[in-house]
Amino acid sequence: QLSETKMLSAQGFGDPGKMKDYHYTGPVEHKFSPYAFNGGTVLAVAGEDFAIVASDTRLSEGYSIHSRDSPKCYKLTDTTVIGCSGFHGDCLTLTKIIDARLKMYKHSNNKTMTSGAIAAMLSTILYGRRFFPYYVYNIIGGLDEEGKGAVYSFDPVGSYQRDTYKAGGSASAMLQPLLDNQIGFKNMEGVEQVPLTQDKAVQLVKDVFISAAERDVYTGDALRVCIITKEGINEQTIPLRKD
Amino acid sequence: MALEDICRFKDRHHKWFPFSSLEDTDTSLYMMDYFNLRWRGLRTSEKNSAIPLDFFTPPSANSASFCLPNHSTTVRRPFPLSHGTTTLGFIFQGGVIAAADTRASAGGLVACPAVHKITPIHSHLVVTSSGSGADCMLWERILTREIRLYQLRHRRRLSIRGTAKLLSFMLHPFKGTEVCVALTLCGWDKEAGDCAKDLEDSYFMSDESSSADVTRITDSTSPKSGPKLIYVCSDGARLQGDIFSVGSGSPYAYGVLDGGLKWSLSKDEAISLAREAVFRATHRDAYSGNNVDLFHITAQGWSQRKREDLKEEYYRDMEKRSKDRRGKIKRE
Repeated sequence: QLSETKMLSAQGFGDPGKMKDYHYTGPVEHKFSPYAFNGGTVLAVAGEDFAIVASDTRLSEGYSIHSRDSPKCYKLTDTTVIGCSGFHGDCLTLTKIIDARLKMYKHSNNKTMTSGAIAAMLSTILYGRRFFPYYVYNIIGGLDEEGKGAVYSFDPVGSYQRDTYKAGGSASAMLQPLLDNQIGFKNMEGVEQVPLTQDKAVQLVKDVFISAAERDVYTGDALRVCIITKEGINEQTIPLRKD
Repeated sequence: MALEDICRFKDRHHKWFPFSSLEDTDTSLYMMDYFNLRWRGLRTSEKNSAIPLDFFTPPSANSASFCLPNHSTTVRRPFPLSHGTTTLGFIFQGGVIAAADTRASAGGLVACPAVHKITPIHSHLVVTSSGSGADCMLWERILTREIRLYQLRHRRRLSIRGTAKLLSFMLHPFKGTEVCVALTLCGWDKEAGDCAKDLEDSYFMSDESSSADVTRITDSTSPKSGPKLIYVCSDGARLQGDIFSVGSGSPYAYGVLDGGLKWSLSKDEAISLAREAVFRATHRDAYSGNNVDLFHITAQGWSQRKREDLKEEYYRDMEKRSKDRRGKIKRE
């Protein structure tokens, strides 16, 4: 009942993940919030026989940076990587739960979970917390059973979709239109639609993150790129703006 | 999923379910059993639970009292969920048409421009979804699983009315919570026969413990087989009809449909009417847009029309209007 009468300043929940206004708005009652916003951007691109999952490595909260080396890509199997951004506590717990479920599956079924199966499982895990959600924006990148690249993007309560490319996290609204244009060839007329090669895709991902670091305060420090092919997972780290 | 249940495989794994062992194992934390509306301890396994998901509720001030989470005790979410849509369905002489746009919006952002809002459940049933994206997706999965289980157990397919009843009963425990699901079941019933109807009614009577809020379908004149269109929503409504449109763009779609719908439409005319309705709705409603999906269900099953980008339609329409305007100016 008290929570209804308090004055919600900009620090409240109407404004997802942005900074508090440090000016006087009147007397405000602060209730404990189980959520915090730790920033970060993740991106995944699927190609013909490869998939790329990339994330920045900055961990922030409000005006502070907690760490410059906290990548948000987690390796799940030899052919699947998940990128999680949002609230870091929920990201850690969620990846632990997924790892445990992967092990259980391996022990009962004697095979590793495919990317599609992991995506379906994650959807039910997230929906199980429909009334107290994990504040995590997930993107899974990997190879499907036929060896083609697959990207699955999620919302915090478990709705998911297979895509060709997706950006999630704090700079997602800036990066997604850029990806729509460069990979999806949207909003252009009379353009030859060439499929994306692995080298071009990696270069595009680097350029896109450099742009994101320029304009989004929560993105920067370094970029971790995981390239998934049938040979395995190759990781690269590229420095970004530190300011 | 369905086969696992038949073999009772799931029960053995039940105590390993992530949020019963990895979450706070304090014995004072109980989990709300939504189907039977009672608290149960975390370790007890439920035989053959009808809703295969266990929901974790946040600890609240009055957790001692027995209540469903409502707005004053739930934790406020710091992010918006996807909502907003235009879907429609209607019956005509050639079967059932189901059409929907493909935009999923979360607050002011288009979360995804290419969502599938129409999902096939089986060869003669298609479901259009509206409301919260995650809720619709998961409940459709649960419905598909339950229909498949019914088919495996009773060696015949459940009728569309039975499916709607089942869905409505499964959603009933979540009435009053934030679950927002509005589905239109569009399908074709294949067999007629009184014994089939009695069987499905008695199945639900014995299973359901709290049938107080069930809406009765008082439509005894409709045939047992043939096209069916039933609207089910998480508020508890279950309505059978000939034309439904759901979502933020539905008023615009209703306007176009009411103007042009006749029983005697040919298949092409019906498809073009459905397309036009979705197009006009996407034009006026901010939360609908991008493409239009169209399904046609007949006695042979469902068939999907290729997804069409409405951008082309909009330019064609603009072209036509400017031509009319030029014609009018010439005549004056």
